[in-house]
Amino acid sequence: MTGQTPPDRIAERVAAATPQALATGVRGLSDRAIAWIFITPTMLLLLAINIFPLIWTIQLSFTNFRANRTNAAVKNVGIDNYTSILSDPDIWAAMQSTAHFVFWTIILQTLIGFTLAWLLDRKFRGHGFWTTIILIPMMLSPAVVGNFWRFLYQPQIGLFNYIIAFFTGVDPSSFEMIGSVQLAPWSIIIVDTWMWTPYVMLICLAGLRSIPDYIYEAAEVDRASHWRQFWSITIPMALPFIMLAVLFRGIENFKMFDMVNLLTSGGPGSTTEVASITLKREAFEKWRTGFSSAFAIILFVTVFGLANIYVKALNQVKSR
Amino acid sequence: MSASSSSAHSVVEPSALTKRIALGAVILYALITMIPLFWIVITSMKSPPDSISYPPKIVFQPSIEGYCNLFTNQTRQTPEYLATLPPPQNRCEEVTRQRNMVIVGPSNFLKRFANSLIIAFGSTALSVLLGTIAAYGFSRFKVPLKDDLLFFILSTRMMPPIAVAIPIYLMYRELGLSDTKLGMILLYTAVNVSLAVWLLKGFIDEIPREYEEAAMIDGYTRLQAFRKVVLPQATTGIVATAIFCMIFAWNEYAFAVLLTSGDAQPAPPFIPTIIGEGGMDWPAVGAGTTLFLIPILIFTILLRKHLLRGITFGAVRK
Repeated sequence: MTGQTPPDRIAERVAAATPQALATGVRGLSDRAIAWIFITPTMLLLLAINIFPLIWTIQLSFTNFRANRTNAAVKNVGIDNYTSILSDPDIWAAMQSTAHFVFWTIILQTLIGFTLAWLLDRKFRGHGFWTTIILIPMMLSPAVVGNFWRFLYQPQIGLFNYIIAFFTGVDPSSFEMIGSVQLAPWSIIIVDTWMWTPYVMLICLAGLRSIPDYIYEAAEVDRASHWRQFWSITIPMALPFIMLAVLFRGIENFKMFDMVNLLTSGGPGSTTEVASITLKREAFEKWRTGFSSAFAIILFVTVFGLANIYVKALNQVKSR
Repeated sequence: MSASSSSAHSVVEPSALTKRIALGAVILYALITMIPLFWIVITSMKSPPDSISYPPKIVFQPSIEGYCNLFTNQTRQTPEYLATLPPPQNRCEEVTRQRNMVIVGPSNFLKRFANSLIIAFGSTALSVLLGTIAAYGFSRFKVPLKDDLLFFILSTRMMPPIAVAIPIYLMYRELGLSDTKLGMILLYTAVNVSLAVWLLKGFIDEIPREYEEAAMIDGYTRLQAFRKVVLPQATTGIVATAIFCMIFAWNEYAFAVLLTSGDAQPAPPFIPTIIGEGGMDWPAVGAGTTLFLIPILIFTILLRKHLLRGITFGAVRK
C-alpha cells in the first residue's frame, strides 16, 4: 500500500506480521476496497455526465439528426458532417476569429501580467493589498460583467467611449466598439484582458518568487548588469510559469463563450463569432444537431491535444 | 519592463526609489482596473435618466430606482388612476408613481438569486464530498492506471461547455431533468469534481502518512483514521476547494442559459434579460450585478492565500 515509503515502517511490519484475514477483520474494510469505494462515485458521475454524452455526440455526428424534429427519420450520413465542416467557409471564419482572439489576449495578458508581477515583486509596502485589489476582476462572472461592458461601450453615453474621447479628443459618438466591424474584435479582447491579466500576473508572480535570492546575489558578485540579470536569470527561471499561464489562457479562450455571447453575441455580422458561438448557433438556433455534434468533436480533439501539452508542462513546473 | 529602473542596490532588497515607482505603477493599474466595477456600483444608485446622461455623471442625486425596478414588476397607469390610489407606502412606491407606474408584484430576481444559491451550495457540497474521498483514494492507495484516471478527470474540465451541452440537453430532455435544480446541481458537480479531486489530492498529499499510520497502530481502522486524522488536517484545503467550486457554480453561464429557462434559472442568464421601458434599464442591471458580485468579492478576499493554487488546479503552490 505504501509504495514510496521505506520498508522499515512500523505499520508495515505490523501489517506483515498479521495474517491477511485477521487484519481485514480487525481493521474493517481492506485498503483495496476503500480505494475503490472512494473513487468509484466520482468515476460514475463523470461517466454519466461526461463520457456517455461524449459517446452520444460521436454517434450523432454521423447522422443528420435534428433535436427539434425528433419524429423525422434519422439517417446515417457517414462522415458527411465532417467533410462539410472542413469545407464550410463560415466554420473557417469562426476558427480565424477564435485564433485572433486567443492570440491577442495571450500577448496582451502576458505582457501586462508579467510587468505587473515584476513590479509587485519589488515587495513595496502594501503589495499584498494591491495584489488582492488587482485580482478581483478575474473572480467575477464573465457573463454578468460582460453584460455590463455593453453599457460601458455605448457610443455617446458609455464611459469607455467618454474616457477615450477625453484623452484623445475624438468625438465619443464617432466610434462604436461593439457595433463596428473593425473594433468589435478588439472590444472582446479588451474585456478579456481586463478580466484575465490578473490571472497571468498571479502565476508569473509565483514564478518570480520561486527564484532564490542567492542566484541574484551571485550575479551581483559577478557584476552582471541588471539588464543581463533580467534576461539570463529572471526570464528563463520564470518561463515555465509563464508558459503554464499561457496554456491555461489559451485553452480557456479557445472555448470562450459567455462573455462574447453577452457582449457582441458574435456580431456585427459574424466578426466576433468565435468557435463556441458558431457551435451554439448551429446546435441551438439552426438545430443542426448532427452537424454541430461533428463540430463539437473537432473542438474536443483540439482541446484534448492542448490539454495533453498542458499536463506535460504542468508536470514540468511541478518537478522543479 | 527591464530591470533598468533598479539602482545599484542588491536586487534582493530593491531601493526605496524603485519601490516607489513600482508602487505608483501598480496603484495606477489597480485604479484603472477598478473603474468598470466602480461604474457598476454607482450606476445602480442612479436614476435612469442620470445613468444615460452625457457627459457621464459622477456627481448625482442618489436614487433607489434601480433597486426598486430590480425587485419589482411595474405597469404603466393613467394619472387619473394613480390619483385614486392611497398614498405610497414606501420610498419605492413613491419613485415608481412619479413615473406614472405602479408596482404590481415582486420580480423574478429574488427567485433567480435563490436558485443560484441552491445550485451553488448543492453542487459545492456534492463535489467536495466526492472530491475529498476520491482525492484520498488517489493520494494514499495504489490505484491501477492512476495517472491516466487523473488525467481523464482533468480533461473533462477542458471540454468546451457548448459542446457538452448538446448531448446533455438531449439527455436531460429524456430524463425530465431540463430546467430542474437537480439537473443543474448534478451537472455543476460533474464539472467541479475534477477541480476538487486535483486540489484536494494536493492538500492531502501534504498531510504526512505517518499520522494515519500512528493512529492505525493505536487501533483505528483506516476509515476512522481518515475521519479523525486526515479530515481535520485537510480542513483548510477543503474549505478553499469548496469556495472555488462555489465561485464556479455561481458564475457559470453557458450551461445555465442553454439548459434552464424558468423554474431553475440562476441569476447569470437572468440579469442580462432585465429590460426597462424603452431600452435597457441600466440602473436595475447595475443593481442586479452589484448584488450578484458582492458574495464573490468577499470570497476572493477570504481565499487570497489559496487563490494561486485553485486557479492552476494545484500545479503552483505557495
